[in-house]
Amino acid sequence: MAGANVEKYKSDGTTAGNLLEWLDARFPLMALWNDHLAKYYAPKNFNFWYFFGSLALLVLVMQIVTGVFLVMHYKPDASLNASGVPVAFASVEYIMRDVPWGWLIRYMHSTGASAFFIVVYLHMFRGMLYGSYRQPRELVWIIGVLIFLVLMATAFMGYLLPWGQMSYWGAQVILNLFTAIPLIGNDLGVWIRGDYVVGDATLNRLFSLHYLLPVLILPALVAVHLIALHEVGSNNPDGIEIKKKKDQNGVPLDGIPFHPYYTVKDIVGVVVFLIVFSAVVFFMPEGGGYFLEANNFYPADPLVTPPHIAPVWYFGPFYSILRANTVNFFWIDAKLWGVIFMGLGVMVFFFLPWLDRSPVKSIRYRGPLYKGALTIFVISFVILGYLGMLAPTPGRTLVAQICTILYFAFFLLMPIYTALDKCKPEPERVTG
Amino acid sequence: MSCDDKVDCGRRRLLVATSVAGGVAGVAAVVPFVSSLAPSERAKSAGAPVEVDISKLQPGEMMTVEWRGKPVWIIHRTKEMLDNLSKHDDKLADPKSERHQQPDYAKNEYRSIKPEYLVAIGICTHLGCSPTEKFKTGAESGIDADWPGGFLCPCHGSTFDLAGRVFKNKPAPDNLEIPPHYYLSDAKILIGEDKKGA
Amino acid sequence: MMKKLLIAFLCVPWLAFASGEALHLDKAPDRSHDLPALQNGAKIFINYCLNCHSASYMRYNRLRDIGLTEQQIRDNLLFTQEKVGELMTIAMRRADAKQWFGAAPPDLTVIARARASEYGSGSDWLYTYLRSFYRDDSRPSGWNNVVFSNVAMPHVFWELQGEQVLGPDHKLTLAKPGLMKPEEYDAMVADLVGFLNYMGEPVQNYRKELGVVVLIALAILFVLAYALKREYWKDVH
Repeated sequence: MAGANVEKYKSDGTTAGNLLEWLDARFPLMALWNDHLAKYYAPKNFNFWYFFGSLALLVLVMQIVTGVFLVMHYKPDASLNASGVPVAFASVEYIMRDVPWGWLIRYMHSTGASAFFIVVYLHMFRGMLYGSYRQPRELVWIIGVLIFLVLMATAFMGYLLPWGQMSYWGAQVILNLFTAIPLIGNDLGVWIRGDYVVGDATLNRLFSLHYLLPVLILPALVAVHLIALHEVGSNNPDGIEIKKKKDQNGVPLDGIPFHPYYTVKDIVGVVVFLIVFSAVVFFMPEGGGYFLEANNFYPADPLVTPPHIAPVWYFGPFYSILRANTVNFFWIDAKLWGVIFMGLGVMVFFFLPWLDRSPVKSIRYRGPLYKGALTIFVISFVILGYLGMLAPTPGRTLVAQICTILYFAFFLLMPIYTALDKCKPEPERVTG
Repeated sequence: MSCDDKVDCGRRRLLVATSVAGGVAGVAAVVPFVSSLAPSERAKSAGAPVEVDISKLQPGEMMTVEWRGKPVWIIHRTKEMLDNLSKHDDKLADPKSERHQQPDYAKNEYRSIKPEYLVAIGICTHLGCSPTEKFKTGAESGIDADWPGGFLCPCHGSTFDLAGRVFKNKPAPDNLEIPPHYYLSDAKILIGEDKKGA
Repeated sequence: MMKKLLIAFLCVPWLAFASGEALHLDKAPDRSHDLPALQNGAKIFINYCLNCHSASYMRYNRLRDIGLTEQQIRDNLLFTQEKVGELMTIAMRRADAKQWFGAAPPDLTVIARARASEYGSGSDWLYTYLRSFYRDDSRPSGWNNVVFSNVAMPHVFWELQGEQVLGPDHKLTLAKPGLMKPEEYDAMVADLVGFLNYMGEPVQNYRKELGVVVLIALAILFVLAYALKREYWKDVH
């Protein structure tokens, strides 16, 4: 960090200048500005994959702002009102109808949840395309996976709040995963729910955490993610280190200041994102039944399970992995294995930096083995996601099993095929 | 603003245009959030005008109805009460009700549309307590010997007469507020709305 | 080995995703911009449905959206004691209802959204459902339904539609005509379903109108932002 040896700001004599000098003498304003924007040198060859980081930040802010306003009207209360409807469910419809502009704020929040996962999945895929997780960016990657984990927990908790049938039974199923843990499972499940079934106590504690995690924990993790990134510098589509070639001032030859170049470029990305986002919010807020599920327009009913319950699309792949294992082995029953595999399905991302043995980082210079493996992984991931939303049949379970194996094979065989792969030589300087 | 060369000039113009467009979009995006804090349809419904039947209100009696969560008093004043109103103008802070918060139809001696019925919000204009009725006149009221009948606020001792007018040298600055209202018929008042077009 | 895997990979999904017997739904006519039809639907809803079903998130005065004035709502649609800003609730207690019908009649405010499925929109389902009642003496109510088998609700419109019977070919035929011709009945159901669809999301028309404005504004912003980016990036070689 250059913070300590940056010159303090000197006033140009104007009032604004004097104020800035006063502030900068007491707070590292210019140092922060320079370290993270004006003198943060990013590779000049970012392509469109590099929009998704700033978009994720935008969606996080949007979710927090819309969430804060929704909380002003929402009531986490599972008791029934005079018309026999749970208060929580009725309060969501109250927001949709009676609160001025409440419908827009709610749709922004519900669409924002799905947008968050789209953007984050693409952001992670970018990392896998160009080897952004490789040395020296292992910590950036690990914190990123942590952000993804917290995001999943947050989204899961948020999905309970409308207290519709999908909210209720989704939470019932996912919280029951804890009961798979041997010996303490059942007691743990009751303790987590605060009741024998998902109930008012569960709704209230998940509401509390749905506020805490994104408002306190996520921004902190994002800050650490960015500080760690700016310490080592950004990767680029060529996967080479621009810091190796510097001019006489110590500025990377292939680097350009983040501000103004990438700020103006990211603004274009933001506007394009907002166009797509608005198209969904204003013209198809249900997202074809994937963002807001039809069954969730029925209030939660603990006595009636809907004929087909499915997680929201972004949990599809992991839900599929959970269901895919149907055999008991090694004295452990299928239920627990399912939970273990699902957990590993996320955890395995943490180890990516050490599983990859390729001499190059970017897909541009990798050989056919990695390209094939990544393609199969992406296809498996998409199929798992799709199957996760469908009711299981023997045929589908078989496909899910094959895809689960391919999913894990991508990671576990990585040390072998990346080492064997025929890579092309990396260029000295960034291209295109 | 001067431009050194063509490139800078174009860049500055674009920067200003984008900032202005972005700023307008930003302000437009703030509008829904600010508006969402205004009373909802539920609050508006709960605060909707209230219809009151006054046919059973005997002279000398008072009834209280709730409108927007506040007590609204309707007092059927007797001939004697009305006669008394003009006798203590010198002790009142605003005897002619000339200060703002009145609808036009309350800017008269009785502060009402029909002299015999007073409709007023029973909230002291000092700090929002609800005054208690002290209709008995003179020493019997427990206030003072020449008390003309009216209201006493228990919080800080402000006093009002039977037209809701505040007495001088008391904490409350203004007369009691008269809510918008009108007569649907001789026996019915609608509180919360002025007569259409009035 | 690799090739076989790939073939399995490509073929199995299509076998796996073939779904079961499809539910056939008739397409509900679009009434979303037809105010007289929506007003007619509101009247039918309030007269026929609102005795047993509530619409407890919907306020009467919201019907301004479909071109009614508060005075019209007060005069034509309200019972004496209700206020125009009140919710469309019902007096029937849920426990009683459960005893009488076997199941408490669900709230209908968002039913058109809840009934959406891969077979059609919620409106399609409702439009088909309300036209698919048939005589079935084995049921306590004497009625059954093709798209909602063993439904607890009797056929409320039977006087209007008449009595249908289910043939052995699984087709419905009108055994006893009702007060309305089949086309008239279908049109009435379409109005009612149009209203239910409106009620599911009263803001839907305005939402789309506003969406057009927002997209145009963003398109302008895009042109400016893109030009600005080009301008700055002229320096980068």
